[in-house]
Amino acid sequence: MTVALNTEETGKKIAEAVPGSVVSTDKGWLLIDSKALTQVASFLKDTPGMDFDYLTVVTGVDYLDYFELVYRVVSMKNNQSITLKVRLFTREDPVVASVTPIWRAAYYQEREIFDLLGIKFEGHPYLKRLLLWEGFNGYPLRRDYL
Amino acid sequence: MSMQTEPFYLNIGPQHPSTHGVFRLRVQLDGEVVTDVDPIVGYLHRGIEKLAETRTYTQIIPLTDRLDYLASMTDNVAYCHAVEKLAGIKVPERAEYIRIILSELMRINSHMMAVGFFLNDCGAFFTPVLYMWREREKTLDIFDMVCGQRLLYNYMRVGGVSQDVPEDFLPAVKKFVAEMPRYIGEYNQLIKENEIFLARSKGVGILPRQTAIDIGASGPVLRASGVKWDVRKQDPYSLYERFDFEVPTGDTGDCYDRYWVRIQEMQQSLRIIEQALAQMPDKGPICADVPQFFRPPKGEAYGYIEAPKGNLGFYIVSDGSIAPYRLHIYPPTLINITALKDMVVGWKVADLIIIFGSMDVVLGEIDR
Repeated sequence: MTVALNTEETGKKIAEAVPGSVVSTDKGWLLIDSKALTQVASFLKDTPGMDFDYLTVVTGVDYLDYFELVYRVVSMKNNQSITLKVRLFTREDPVVASVTPIWRAAYYQEREIFDLLGIKFEGHPYLKRLLLWEGFNGYPLRRDYL
Repeated sequence: MSMQTEPFYLNIGPQHPSTHGVFRLRVQLDGEVVTDVDPIVGYLHRGIEKLAETRTYTQIIPLTDRLDYLASMTDNVAYCHAVEKLAGIKVPERAEYIRIILSELMRINSHMMAVGFFLNDCGAFFTPVLYMWREREKTLDIFDMVCGQRLLYNYMRVGGVSQDVPEDFLPAVKKFVAEMPRYIGEYNQLIKENEIFLARSKGVGILPRQTAIDIGASGPVLRASGVKWDVRKQDPYSLYERFDFEVPTGDTGDCYDRYWVRIQEMQQSLRIIEQALAQMPDKGPICADVPQFFRPPKGEAYGYIEAPKGNLGFYIVSDGSIAPYRLHIYPPTLINITALKDMVVGWKVADLIIIFGSMDVVLGEIDR
């Protein structure tokens, strides 16, 4: 079984390593401050005992008040998983740091989120629209589109 | 005197038989050697994630058929599994066994297509495909028997399956399971030791183990690189912990390993079907009591299964209404092609076609 890590304990460990990074914890996920995302990601990947090297799903949800990005990471060695969330509170030009330099698995998924939700990923090596064509007007997966 | 040369750009696709759909590769060439590749996708984009926001949970099932259209049954299972996880629905045992038997048949079916068209890309034009199709037809007959469709099944429902299997279903599956090993032997006889095939596929397009993990690859592509990771084993869903089966892996992660892992997985699927047939209860409900306009509780869930092409997941956010607030599909083949550039740079155009063919992509799933 892939065990979902206890978010409270892990949240404490992360907060110790990267102070001020954990905004809140829920049963299923950790809410991370958007500025500290890459630090938390490198901590999860590189710390012995954590070894979260296998990023699976990355997606974005538009809650109208804010955008929420969801990252589910798996540690193949320990067969554990953890879900990170980041919230962005601007609708005009939301920006977050890209995790592609840390987990390459985010390469296409971040491009897709950029394409369909209009969230920019700073530090992405090739941030271009993925499914729609260049010059397409609007971001279809936003809830206020149509 | 040194010659001034410019890179040459070649567009392969979107309309090209070896791109397995409407996939476009913008390839940079130096002579005949590939120096860069840029996959361009989106020609089959139908906005399934957006469409799902205006449909009820049951109405989404036919949309999932159109994702990986060569393995629709597992798409249905993955979606229903995610919704069941979201709403905490328990699937009756008989329905679980029907799902498992059909998923494993689907895996065999999908791998046969993958291997057949991979050989096609190698230059064995349509002979292997027709050998594979001979047996694929039999699995399609079984699917036809349970739901009246050959390609897009719409058979699974949230909480179970849409109707019970007919009487002649079990004998047909038993016959298929008994006959299939002989045909797999025949494929091996024809393909496995073919010298031309070995020369073209061994050592070609190597995906190293670490790169495979970094890019988040899954399915046969990941296992061919030597990572023993199968959702059915690592995170068993449905009733998979009841079955005894192996997870085949490759050593080098070349095109040959990807082909060979698929052949071995077909054999393991047959083992699972055999055990499922023996364990399956004769009678019982085939669907949990789920209302047609059912409203799952507020919340979110990520359900995923081992589809033939890899780890297929559905992330669903519910706001308590009859339609999901957000549905995200995690497509295994899109993630797998992240490594395409690593695999093809330095190889010739003819090898690019083989390497791409060995990854077994389906554009319905990439573009969604």
